[in-house]
Amino acid sequence: MSIIVNHVDFVYSEGTNTSQHALKDVNLQIKDGEFLGIIGHTGSGKSTLIQHLNGLLKPASGEIYYNGRDINDKDFSRKELRSKVGLVFQYPEYQLFETTIFEDVCFGPKNQGLAPKDAGLRAFEALRNVKLPKELYYQSPFELSGGQKRRVAIAGVLAMKPEVLILDEPTAGLDPQGRDEILEELARLHREQNMTIILVSHSMEDVAKYVDRLIVMDDGRVAYDGTPREVFKHYEELKKMGLSAPQVTYLMHDLKKRGFDVDEDATTVAEARDTILAYLGKSR
Amino acid sequence: MSIIKALKLTHEYIHRDDEGNVDSIETALDGVDLDIAEGDFIAILGHNGSGKSTLAKHMNVILSPSDGTMWVDGKDTKDEDKLWEIRQTAGMVFQNPDNQIIAGIVEEDVGFGPENIGVPTSEIWTRVDNALAAVHMEKYRNHSPNKLSGGQKQRVAIAGVIAMRPKCIILDEPTAMLDPVGRQEVIETITELNKKEGVTVILITHYMEEVVNADKVFVMDHGKIVMQGTPREIFSDIKTLKEHHLDVPQVTLLAHELKEAGLNIPDGVLTEEELLHILCQLS
Repeated sequence: MSIIVNHVDFVYSEGTNTSQHALKDVNLQIKDGEFLGIIGHTGSGKSTLIQHLNGLLKPASGEIYYNGRDINDKDFSRKELRSKVGLVFQYPEYQLFETTIFEDVCFGPKNQGLAPKDAGLRAFEALRNVKLPKELYYQSPFELSGGQKRRVAIAGVLAMKPEVLILDEPTAGLDPQGRDEILEELARLHREQNMTIILVSHSMEDVAKYVDRLIVMDDGRVAYDGTPREVFKHYEELKKMGLSAPQVTYLMHDLKKRGFDVDEDATTVAEARDTILAYLGKSR
Repeated sequence: MSIIKALKLTHEYIHRDDEGNVDSIETALDGVDLDIAEGDFIAILGHNGSGKSTLAKHMNVILSPSDGTMWVDGKDTKDEDKLWEIRQTAGMVFQNPDNQIIAGIVEEDVGFGPENIGVPTSEIWTRVDNALAAVHMEKYRNHSPNKLSGGQKQRVAIAGVIAMRPKCIILDEPTAMLDPVGRQEVIETITELNKKEGVTVILITHYMEEVVNADKVFVMDHGKIVMQGTPREIFSDIKTLKEHHLDVPQVTLLAHELKEAGLNIPDGVLTEEELLHILCQLS
Protein backbone atom coordinates (compact mmCIF):
# COMPACT_ATOMS: atom_id res chain seq x y z
CA MET A 1 0.00 0.00 0.00
CA SER A 2 1.65 3.24 -1.07
CA ILE A 3 1.77 6.20 -3.39
CA ILE A 4 4.07 5.86 -6.36
CA VAL A 5 5.02 8.80 -8.53
CA ASN A 6 6.45 7.39 -11.73
CA HIS A 7 8.38 9.61 -14.19
CA VAL A 8 5.96 12.50 -13.77
CA ASP A 9 6.30 15.64 -15.86
CA PHE A 10 4.03 18.64 -15.64
CA VAL A 11 3.92 21.84 -17.65
CA TYR A 12 1.74 24.86 -16.84
CA SER A 13 0.16 26.58 -19.87
CA GLU A 14 1.69 24.03 -22.24
CA GLY A 15 2.13 25.25 -25.79
CA THR A 16 1.98 28.97 -24.94
CA ASN A 17 4.83 31.44 -24.55
CA THR A 18 4.28 31.52 -20.78
CA SER A 19 4.59 27.76 -20.39
CA GLN A 20 6.49 26.59 -17.35
CA HIS A 21 8.00 23.16 -16.86
CA ALA A 22 7.06 22.67 -13.20
CA LEU A 23 7.85 18.98 -12.66
CA LYS A 24 10.64 17.15 -14.46
CA ASP A 25 10.79 13.37 -14.30
CA VAL A 26 9.77 13.08 -10.66
CA ASN A 27 10.00 9.59 -9.15
CA LEU A 28 8.94 8.83 -5.60
CA GLN A 29 7.53 6.07 -3.49
CA ILE A 30 5.70 7.08 -0.34
CA LYS A 31 4.97 4.20 2.00
CA ASP A 32 2.07 3.82 4.39
CA GLY A 33 2.65 5.47 7.73
CA GLU A 34 5.54 7.70 6.65
CA PHE A 35 5.98 11.22 8.02
CA LEU A 36 7.41 12.93 4.97
CA GLY A 37 8.65 16.51 4.70
CA ILE A 38 8.95 18.43 1.42
CA ILE A 39 11.12 21.55 1.23
CA GLY A 40 12.10 23.73 -1.70
CA HIS A 41 12.27 27.41 -2.61
CA THR A 42 9.24 29.32 -3.89
CA GLY A 43 8.50 27.98 -7.37
CA SER A 44 10.49 24.76 -6.97
CA GLY A 45 7.46 22.54 -7.66
CA LYS A 46 6.39 21.50 -4.14
CA SER A 47 2.77 22.62 -4.44
CA THR A 48 2.51 21.30 -7.99
CA LEU A 49 3.72 17.91 -6.77
CA ILE A 50 1.26 17.61 -3.90
CA GLN A 51 -1.62 18.65 -6.13
CA HIS A 52 -0.80 15.64 -8.29
CA LEU A 53 -1.10 13.29 -5.34
CA ASN A 54 -4.84 13.82 -4.94
CA GLY A 55 -5.58 14.28 -8.61
CA LEU A 56 -6.08 18.07 -8.72
CA LEU A 57 -3.48 18.20 -11.47
CA LYS A 58 -2.88 15.56 -14.09
CA PRO A 59 0.66 14.73 -15.25
CA ALA A 60 1.67 15.72 -18.78
CA SER A 61 3.43 12.36 -18.82
CA GLY A 62 4.05 9.64 -16.26
CA GLU A 63 1.67 8.13 -13.72
CA ILE A 64 0.62 8.40 -10.10
CA TYR A 65 -0.36 5.12 -8.45
CA TYR A 66 -2.39 4.94 -5.29
CA ASN A 67 -2.29 1.45 -3.76
CA GLY A 68 -1.28 -0.01 -7.08
CA ARG A 69 -3.85 1.71 -9.28
CA ASP A 70 -3.26 4.59 -11.67
CA ILE A 71 -5.30 7.48 -10.25
CA ASN A 72 -5.76 9.01 -13.68
CA ASP A 73 -7.37 5.89 -15.14
CA LYS A 74 -10.92 6.51 -16.33
CA ASP A 75 -12.39 3.96 -13.92
CA PHE A 76 -10.59 5.33 -10.85
CA SER A 77 -12.99 7.35 -8.74
CA ARG A 78 -11.59 10.84 -8.08
CA LYS A 79 -14.10 11.31 -5.31
CA GLU A 80 -12.85 8.24 -3.51
CA LEU A 81 -9.24 9.32 -4.02
CA ARG A 82 -9.89 12.73 -2.52
CA SER A 83 -11.46 11.26 0.58
CA LYS A 84 -8.42 8.99 1.02
CA VAL A 85 -5.82 11.65 0.26
CA GLY A 86 -6.78 14.80 2.16
CA LEU A 87 -5.12 18.07 1.19
CA VAL A 88 -4.93 21.08 3.50
CA PHE A 89 -4.05 24.14 1.43
CA GLN A 90 -2.00 27.15 2.50
CA TYR A 91 -3.97 29.50 4.74
CA PRO A 92 -6.89 27.03 4.92
CA GLU A 93 -8.75 29.27 7.37
CA TYR A 94 -9.81 31.40 4.40
CA GLN A 95 -11.92 28.44 3.30
CA LEU A 96 -14.04 28.28 6.44
CA PHE A 97 -17.55 29.36 5.54
CA GLU A 98 -20.24 27.79 7.75
CA THR A 99 -22.10 29.50 10.59
CA THR A 100 -20.70 27.19 13.25
CA ILE A 101 -17.44 25.33 13.63
CA PHE A 102 -19.30 22.03 13.95
CA GLU A 103 -21.22 22.57 10.70
CA ASP A 104 -18.05 23.55 8.92
CA VAL A 105 -16.29 20.33 9.88
CA CYS A 106 -19.41 18.29 8.90
CA PHE A 107 -19.29 19.65 5.36
CA GLY A 108 -16.65 17.19 4.09
CA PRO A 109 -18.20 13.95 5.41
CA LYS A 110 -21.70 15.07 4.33
CA ASN A 111 -20.32 15.68 0.87
CA GLN A 112 -18.94 12.13 0.93
CA GLY A 113 -22.55 10.95 1.26
CA LEU A 114 -22.65 10.24 4.99
CA ALA A 115 -25.92 10.62 6.90
CA PRO A 116 -26.02 13.78 9.08
CA LYS A 117 -25.64 11.73 12.25
CA ASP A 118 -22.55 9.88 11.00
CA ALA A 119 -21.07 13.10 9.64
CA GLY A 120 -21.63 14.64 13.08
CA LEU A 121 -19.79 11.79 14.78
CA ARG A 122 -16.89 12.24 12.38
CA ALA A 123 -16.85 15.98 13.12
CA PHE A 124 -16.71 15.38 16.89
CA GLU A 125 -13.83 12.97 16.48
CA ALA A 126 -11.92 15.32 14.18
CA LEU A 127 -12.40 18.32 16.47
CA ARG A 128 -11.25 16.21 19.40
CA ASN A 129 -8.20 15.18 17.39
CA VAL A 130 -7.14 18.78 16.80
CA LYS A 131 -7.76 19.53 20.50
CA LEU A 132 -10.26 22.34 20.01
CA PRO A 133 -12.01 23.18 23.32
CA LYS A 134 -15.56 21.73 23.37
CA GLU A 135 -17.23 25.00 24.36
CA LEU A 136 -16.21 26.47 21.00
CA TYR A 137 -17.88 23.82 18.77
CA TYR A 138 -21.09 25.77 18.19
CA GLN A 139 -19.50 29.20 17.82
CA SER A 140 -18.78 30.97 14.57
CA PRO A 141 -15.41 29.92 13.15
CA PHE A 142 -14.69 33.56 12.32
CA GLU A 143 -14.24 34.57 15.94
CA LEU A 144 -11.39 32.17 16.63
CA SER A 145 -7.70 33.06 16.80
CA GLY A 146 -5.48 32.33 13.79
CA GLY A 147 -4.14 29.09 15.24
CA GLN A 148 -7.59 27.85 16.23
CA LYS A 149 -9.07 28.63 12.81
CA ARG A 150 -6.33 26.65 11.20
CA ARG A 151 -7.01 23.69 13.47
CA VAL A 152 -10.70 23.79 12.50
CA ALA A 153 -9.70 23.78 8.83
CA ILE A 154 -7.47 20.75 9.44
CA ALA A 155 -10.33 19.04 11.32
CA GLY A 156 -12.50 19.59 8.22
CA VAL A 157 -10.10 17.41 6.25
CA LEU A 158 -9.59 14.87 9.07
CA ALA A 159 -13.36 14.36 9.29
CA MET A 160 -13.21 12.75 5.85
CA LYS A 161 -10.98 10.04 7.41
CA PRO A 162 -8.12 10.32 4.96
CA GLU A 163 -5.40 7.66 4.91
CA VAL A 164 -2.92 10.28 3.76
CA LEU A 165 -2.91 13.86 5.03
CA ILE A 166 -1.02 16.44 2.97
CA LEU A 167 -0.48 19.92 4.42
CA ASP A 168 0.93 22.89 2.50
CA GLU A 169 2.77 25.11 5.00
CA PRO A 170 0.30 24.57 7.83
CA THR A 171 2.22 26.77 10.27
CA ALA A 172 2.88 29.86 8.09
CA GLY A 173 1.95 33.01 9.99
CA LEU A 174 1.35 31.24 13.31
CA ASP A 175 3.09 32.23 16.53
CA PRO A 176 5.63 29.76 18.00
CA GLN A 177 3.16 28.12 20.35
CA GLY A 178 0.47 27.76 17.67
CA ARG A 179 3.10 26.28 15.38
CA ASP A 180 4.25 23.76 17.99
CA GLU A 181 0.67 22.73 18.82
CA ILE A 182 -0.17 21.92 15.20
CA LEU A 183 3.06 20.02 14.61
CA GLU A 184 2.60 18.04 17.84
CA GLU A 185 -0.94 17.12 16.70
CA LEU A 186 0.38 15.88 13.38
CA ALA A 187 3.08 13.86 15.12
CA ARG A 188 0.43 12.30 17.36
CA LEU A 189 -1.87 11.40 14.42
CA HIS A 190 1.12 9.82 12.77
CA ARG A 191 2.15 7.91 15.89
CA GLU A 192 -1.22 6.78 17.21
CA GLN A 193 -3.24 6.33 14.04
CA ASN A 194 -0.39 5.47 11.70
CA MET A 195 -1.60 8.19 9.34
CA THR A 196 0.71 9.00 6.43
CA ILE A 197 1.58 12.69 6.74
CA ILE A 198 3.14 14.81 4.03
CA LEU A 199 4.28 18.20 5.31
CA VAL A 200 5.36 21.03 3.01
CA SER A 201 7.35 23.55 5.02
CA HIS A 202 9.71 26.52 4.83
CA SER A 203 10.97 25.89 8.35
CA MET A 204 14.11 23.78 8.36
CA GLU A 205 14.02 23.54 12.17
CA ASP A 206 10.49 22.10 12.07
CA VAL A 207 11.15 19.44 9.45
CA ALA A 208 14.37 18.43 11.23
CA LYS A 209 12.45 17.91 14.44
CA TYR A 210 9.41 16.06 13.12
CA VAL A 211 9.76 14.20 9.84
CA ASP A 212 11.30 10.76 9.19
CA ARG A 213 12.11 11.44 5.58
CA LEU A 214 12.80 14.68 3.74
CA ILE A 215 12.48 15.46 0.07
CA VAL A 216 14.11 18.54 -1.45
CA MET A 217 12.56 19.94 -4.62
CA ASP A 218 14.66 22.15 -6.87
CA ASP A 219 13.69 23.40 -10.30
CA GLY A 220 10.96 20.77 -10.67
CA ARG A 221 13.20 17.85 -9.72
CA VAL A 222 13.78 15.82 -6.59
CA ALA A 223 17.25 17.03 -5.57
CA TYR A 224 17.61 15.06 -2.33
CA ASP A 225 15.63 12.31 -0.64
CA GLY A 226 16.65 10.92 2.75
CA THR A 227 16.45 11.40 6.50
CA PRO A 228 16.81 15.02 7.70
CA ARG A 229 20.32 14.16 8.90
CA GLU A 230 21.32 12.90 5.47
CA VAL A 231 19.71 15.81 3.62
CA PHE A 232 21.13 18.57 5.83
CA LYS A 233 24.65 17.20 5.27
CA HIS A 234 24.30 19.05 1.98
CA TYR A 235 23.79 22.39 3.71
CA GLU A 236 26.10 24.18 1.30
CA GLU A 237 24.23 22.91 -1.78
CA LEU A 238 20.89 23.64 -0.08
CA LYS A 239 21.89 27.29 0.22
CA LYS A 240 22.27 27.46 -3.58
CA MET A 241 18.72 26.08 -3.85
CA GLY A 242 17.27 28.95 -1.80
CA LEU A 243 17.15 26.84 1.34
CA SER A 244 19.16 26.51 4.52
CA ALA A 245 19.81 24.02 7.29
CA PRO A 246 18.71 24.27 10.93
CA GLN A 247 20.83 26.78 12.90
CA VAL A 248 22.48 24.03 14.97
CA THR A 249 23.73 22.24 11.85
CA TYR A 250 25.95 25.23 11.01
CA LEU A 251 27.20 25.32 14.58
CA MET A 252 28.07 21.62 14.54
CA HIS A 253 30.00 21.89 11.27
CA ASP A 254 31.93 24.90 12.58
CA LEU A 255 32.74 23.05 15.82
CA LYS A 256 34.01 20.11 13.81
CA LYS A 257 36.26 22.45 11.79
CA ARG A 258 37.70 23.78 15.06
CA GLY A 259 38.69 20.27 16.04
CA PHE A 260 35.70 19.27 18.16
CA ASP A 261 35.00 15.57 17.80
CA VAL A 262 31.20 15.99 17.63
CA ASP A 263 28.42 14.54 15.47
CA GLU A 264 28.39 17.26 12.81
CA ASP A 265 25.12 16.01 11.29
CA ALA A 266 23.01 16.83 14.36
CA THR A 267 19.92 18.73 13.24
CA THR A 268 17.90 19.18 16.44
CA VAL A 269 18.66 20.94 19.72
CA ALA A 270 18.53 17.63 21.63
CA GLU A 271 21.01 15.91 19.28
CA ALA A 272 23.37 18.88 19.35
CA ARG A 273 23.22 19.15 23.14
CA ASP A 274 23.98 15.45 23.64
CA THR A 275 26.92 15.33 21.28
CA ILE A 276 28.48 18.54 22.66
CA LEU A 277 28.10 17.32 26.24
CA ALA A 278 29.56 13.94 25.36
CA TYR A 279 32.58 15.56 23.74
CA LEU A 280 33.24 18.09 26.52
CA GLY A 281 32.70 15.41 29.14
CA LYS A 282 35.37 13.24 27.51
CA SER A 283 37.91 15.99 26.96
CA ARG A 284 37.83 17.25 30.55
CA MET B 1 14.20 62.47 19.01
CA SER B 2 11.24 60.15 19.06
CA ILE B 3 9.64 59.17 15.77
CA ILE B 4 6.77 57.15 17.22
CA LYS B 5 5.29 57.84 20.59
CA ALA B 6 2.17 56.47 22.24
CA LEU B 7 0.64 57.46 25.55
CA LYS B 8 -2.05 55.22 27.08
CA LEU B 9 -2.99 54.17 23.54
CA THR B 10 -6.16 52.09 23.60
CA HIS B 11 -8.01 50.43 20.77
CA GLU B 12 -11.37 48.71 21.00
CA TYR B 13 -12.87 46.68 18.19
CA ILE B 14 -16.63 46.98 18.52
CA HIS B 15 -18.59 44.01 17.17
CA ARG B 16 -22.19 44.76 16.22
CA ASP B 17 -25.07 42.38 15.51
CA ASP B 18 -27.35 42.53 12.45
CA GLU B 19 -29.41 45.39 13.92
CA GLY B 20 -26.30 47.44 14.60
CA ASN B 21 -26.43 47.00 18.38
CA VAL B 22 -23.15 46.53 20.18
CA ASP B 23 -22.60 42.80 20.54
CA SER B 24 -19.19 42.76 22.21
CA ILE B 25 -16.17 44.97 22.70
CA GLU B 26 -12.69 43.58 22.29
CA THR B 27 -9.83 45.60 23.75
CA ALA B 28 -6.97 45.02 21.31
CA LEU B 29 -4.67 47.68 22.75
CA ASP B 30 -4.87 48.40 26.44
CA GLY B 31 -3.08 51.58 27.50
CA VAL B 32 0.15 51.16 25.51
CA ASP B 33 3.02 53.56 26.27
CA LEU B 34 5.71 53.51 23.62
CA ASP B 35 8.62 55.69 22.64
CA ILE B 36 10.69 54.80 19.58
CA ALA B 37 13.78 56.86 18.76
CA GLU B 38 14.44 57.91 15.18
CA GLY B 39 16.92 55.59 13.44
CA ASP B 40 16.32 52.58 15.67
CA PHE B 41 15.66 49.03 14.52
CA ILE B 42 12.74 47.85 16.62
CA ALA B 43 11.20 44.38 16.73
CA ILE B 44 7.75 43.59 18.07
CA LEU B 45 6.95 40.02 19.13
CA GLY B 46 3.70 38.56 20.40
CA HIS B 47 1.36 35.65 19.76
CA ASN B 48 -1.51 35.75 17.24
CA GLY B 49 -4.10 38.13 18.64
CA SER B 50 -1.74 39.89 21.08
CA GLY B 51 -2.27 43.31 19.48
CA LYS B 52 0.89 43.68 17.36
CA SER B 53 -0.85 44.34 14.06
CA THR B 54 -3.38 46.67 15.67
CA LEU B 55 -0.48 48.69 17.09
CA ALA B 56 1.20 48.77 13.67
CA LYS B 57 -1.99 50.01 12.04
CA HIS B 58 -2.02 52.98 14.43
CA MET B 59 1.45 53.95 13.26
CA ASN B 60 0.22 54.96 9.84
CA VAL B 61 -3.35 55.79 10.76
CA ILE B 62 -5.15 52.83 9.27
CA LEU B 63 -6.72 52.88 12.73
CA SER B 64 -7.35 55.77 15.05
CA PRO B 65 -7.20 55.55 18.88
CA SER B 66 -10.32 54.73 20.91
CA ASP B 67 -8.51 56.41 23.77
CA GLY B 68 -5.04 57.77 24.45
CA THR B 69 -2.75 59.36 21.88
CA MET B 70 -0.33 58.32 19.16
CA TRP B 71 2.21 60.71 17.66
CA VAL B 72 4.14 59.99 14.50
CA ASP B 73 7.08 62.35 13.99
CA GLY B 74 5.42 64.72 16.45
CA LYS B 75 2.05 64.70 14.68
CA ASP B 76 -1.07 63.51 16.52
CA THR B 77 -2.72 60.74 14.50
CA LYS B 78 -6.17 62.04 15.46
CA ASP B 79 -5.46 65.24 13.50
CA GLU B 80 -7.16 64.50 10.17
CA ASP B 81 -5.31 67.31 8.37
CA LYS B 82 -2.04 65.50 9.03
CA LEU B 83 -3.22 62.11 7.72
CA TRP B 84 -1.31 62.18 4.41
CA GLU B 85 1.82 63.65 5.98
CA ILE B 86 1.84 60.85 8.55
CA ARG B 87 1.34 58.16 5.94
CA GLN B 88 4.32 59.53 4.02
CA THR B 89 6.39 59.55 7.17
CA ALA B 90 5.52 55.99 8.14
CA GLY B 91 5.24 53.45 5.33
CA MET B 92 3.84 49.99 5.78
CA VAL B 93 4.73 46.59 4.30
CA PHE B 94 2.37 43.65 4.80
CA GLN B 95 2.67 39.86 4.91
CA ASN B 96 1.54 38.87 1.45
CA PRO B 97 3.55 40.45 -1.38
CA ASP B 98 0.88 39.53 -3.93
CA ASN B 99 -1.63 41.80 -2.21
CA GLN B 100 0.67 44.82 -2.39
CA ILE B 101 1.83 44.80 -5.97
CA ILE B 102 -0.51 46.45 -8.42
CA ALA B 103 1.37 47.33 -11.60
CA GLY B 104 2.38 45.03 -14.46
CA ILE B 105 6.03 46.14 -14.43
CA VAL B 106 8.32 46.47 -11.42
CA GLU B 107 9.37 50.12 -12.02
CA GLU B 108 5.78 51.26 -12.47
CA ASP B 109 4.80 49.58 -9.25
CA VAL B 110 7.57 51.36 -7.35
CA GLY B 111 6.64 54.68 -8.97
CA PHE B 112 2.94 54.38 -8.17
CA GLY B 113 3.17 55.95 -4.71
CA PRO B 114 5.14 59.08 -5.65
CA GLU B 115 2.97 59.58 -8.75
CA ASN B 116 -0.11 59.38 -6.57
CA ILE B 117 1.04 62.28 -4.41
CA GLY B 118 1.95 64.44 -7.39
CA VAL B 119 5.74 64.18 -7.44
CA PRO B 120 7.08 65.66 -10.73
CA THR B 121 7.83 62.98 -13.34
CA SER B 122 11.60 63.46 -13.45
CA GLU B 123 11.82 63.16 -9.69
CA ILE B 124 9.61 60.05 -9.73
CA TRP B 125 12.22 58.30 -11.88
CA THR B 126 15.05 59.40 -9.58
CA ARG B 127 13.14 58.01 -6.62
CA VAL B 128 12.38 54.75 -8.46
CA ASP B 129 16.08 54.37 -9.39
CA ASN B 130 17.19 54.96 -5.81
CA ALA B 131 14.51 52.75 -4.28
CA LEU B 132 15.29 49.82 -6.60
CA ALA B 133 19.01 50.25 -5.91
CA ALA B 134 18.38 50.24 -2.16
CA VAL B 135 16.68 46.82 -2.35
CA HIS B 136 19.10 45.50 -5.03
CA MET B 137 16.38 44.97 -7.61
CA GLU B 138 17.64 47.31 -10.40
CA LYS B 139 18.12 44.35 -12.73
CA TYR B 140 14.43 43.52 -12.56
CA ARG B 141 13.02 46.99 -13.21
CA ASN B 142 11.40 46.01 -16.51
CA HIS B 143 10.22 42.61 -15.33
CA SER B 144 6.69 41.58 -14.56
CA PRO B 145 6.30 41.23 -10.77
CA ASN B 146 4.43 37.94 -11.07
CA LYS B 147 7.55 36.22 -12.41
CA LEU B 148 9.56 37.11 -9.31
CA SER B 149 10.22 34.93 -6.26
CA GLY B 150 8.49 35.72 -2.98
CA GLY B 151 11.57 37.44 -1.53
CA GLN B 152 12.00 39.54 -4.68
CA LYS B 153 8.33 40.57 -4.67
CA GLN B 154 8.58 41.60 -1.05
CA ARG B 155 11.68 43.69 -1.86
CA VAL B 156 9.71 45.40 -4.65
CA ALA B 157 6.97 46.16 -2.11
CA ILE B 158 9.62 47.64 0.19
CA ALA B 159 11.00 49.71 -2.72
CA GLY B 160 7.48 51.05 -3.28
CA VAL B 161 7.46 52.28 0.30
CA ILE B 162 11.01 53.69 0.11
CA ALA B 163 10.05 55.71 -2.98
CA MET B 164 7.74 57.67 -0.71
CA ARG B 165 10.85 58.73 1.27
CA PRO B 166 9.48 57.69 4.65
CA LYS B 167 11.40 58.25 7.88
CA CYS B 168 10.03 55.02 9.21
CA ILE B 169 9.02 51.64 7.74
CA ILE B 170 6.68 49.29 9.56
CA LEU B 171 6.76 45.66 8.38
CA ASP B 172 4.00 43.34 9.56
CA GLU B 173 5.31 39.76 9.24
CA PRO B 174 7.01 40.48 5.90
CA THR B 175 8.70 37.06 5.78
CA ALA B 176 5.86 34.76 6.87
CA MET B 177 5.26 33.47 3.34
CA LEU B 178 8.87 33.28 2.16
CA ASP B 179 11.44 30.52 1.80
CA PRO B 180 14.69 30.71 3.85
CA VAL B 181 16.70 32.67 1.29
CA GLY B 182 13.78 35.01 0.58
CA ARG B 183 13.53 35.64 4.31
CA GLN B 184 17.23 36.40 4.53
CA GLU B 185 17.04 38.80 1.53
CA VAL B 186 14.27 40.80 3.16
CA ILE B 187 16.00 40.98 6.56
CA GLU B 188 19.31 42.02 4.97
CA THR B 189 17.53 44.68 2.90
CA ILE B 190 15.80 46.30 5.86
CA THR B 191 18.93 46.07 8.03
CA GLU B 192 20.88 47.90 5.33
CA LEU B 193 18.17 50.57 4.98
CA ASN B 194 18.34 51.10 8.70
CA LYS B 195 22.16 51.27 8.92
CA LYS B 196 22.94 53.15 5.70
CA GLU B 197 19.93 55.40 5.22
CA GLY B 198 18.99 55.79 8.86
CA VAL B 199 15.40 54.73 8.22
CA THR B 200 13.62 53.67 11.42
CA VAL B 201 12.52 50.03 11.06
CA ILE B 202 9.70 48.46 13.03
CA LEU B 203 9.59 44.73 12.35
CA ILE B 204 6.76 42.50 13.49
CA THR B 205 7.63 38.82 13.17
CA HIS B 206 7.16 35.29 14.48
CA TYR B 207 10.70 34.28 13.52
CA MET B 208 12.77 34.79 16.66
CA GLU B 209 16.12 34.59 14.85
CA GLU B 210 15.17 37.66 12.77
CA VAL B 211 15.23 39.98 15.76
CA VAL B 212 18.67 39.20 17.25
CA ASN B 213 20.20 42.31 15.64
CA ALA B 214 17.43 44.72 16.66
CA ASP B 215 18.25 47.67 18.92
CA LYS B 216 15.24 46.96 21.04
CA VAL B 217 12.54 44.29 21.29
CA PHE B 218 9.00 44.77 22.56
CA VAL B 219 6.86 41.78 23.53
CA MET B 220 3.09 42.21 23.47
CA ASP B 221 0.36 40.17 25.14
CA HIS B 222 -3.30 41.00 25.75
CA GLY B 223 -2.89 44.42 24.15
CA LYS B 224 -0.11 45.47 26.50
CA ILE B 225 3.65 45.69 26.22
CA VAL B 226 4.76 43.02 28.69
CA MET B 227 8.52 42.87 28.07
CA GLN B 228 11.01 45.29 26.55
CA GLY B 229 14.76 45.32 26.25
CA THR B 230 17.68 44.37 24.06
CA PRO B 231 17.43 41.02 22.26
CA ARG B 232 19.93 39.60 24.77
CA GLU B 233 17.81 40.70 27.72
CA ILE B 234 14.60 39.39 26.16
CA PHE B 235 16.01 36.03 25.06
CA SER B 236 17.62 35.45 28.47
CA ASP B 237 14.21 34.86 29.94
CA ILE B 238 12.99 31.77 28.12
CA LYS B 239 10.40 30.93 30.79
CA THR B 240 8.56 34.26 30.53
CA LEU B 241 8.73 34.16 26.71
CA LYS B 242 7.09 30.71 26.72
CA GLU B 243 4.34 32.07 28.97
CA HIS B 244 3.63 34.61 26.24
CA HIS B 245 3.48 31.75 23.67
CA LEU B 246 6.83 32.72 22.20
CA ASP B 247 10.15 31.01 21.69
CA VAL B 248 13.85 31.72 21.30
CA PRO B 249 16.19 31.07 18.34
CA GLN B 250 17.39 27.47 18.09
CA VAL B 251 20.96 28.44 19.06
CA THR B 252 19.73 30.32 22.13
CA LEU B 253 17.77 27.26 23.21
CA LEU B 254 20.79 25.00 22.69
CA ALA B 255 22.99 27.36 24.76
CA HIS B 256 20.35 27.37 27.49
CA GLU B 257 20.13 23.57 27.57
CA LEU B 258 23.92 23.27 27.72
CA LYS B 259 23.93 25.72 30.61
CA GLU B 260 21.25 23.70 32.41
CA ALA B 261 23.46 20.62 31.93
CA GLY B 262 26.20 22.36 33.89
CA LEU B 263 28.35 24.13 31.29
CA ASN B 264 29.57 27.62 32.05
CA ILE B 265 27.52 29.49 29.43
CA PRO B 266 25.82 32.88 29.94
CA ASP B 267 22.11 33.48 29.36
CA GLY B 268 20.84 35.03 26.14
CA VAL B 269 23.36 33.73 23.61
CA LEU B 270 22.03 35.10 20.32
CA THR B 271 24.05 33.84 17.38
CA GLU B 272 25.82 30.76 16.13
CA GLU B 273 29.20 32.62 16.11
CA GLU B 274 28.76 33.59 19.73
CA LEU B 275 28.05 30.05 20.92
CA LEU B 276 30.91 28.74 18.78
CA HIS B 277 33.28 31.19 20.47
CA ILE B 278 32.07 30.26 23.96
CA LEU B 279 32.37 26.53 23.32
CA CYS B 280 35.88 26.92 21.90
CA GLN B 281 36.94 28.67 25.10
CA LEU B 282 35.37 25.95 27.23
CA SER B 283 37.19 23.06 25.63
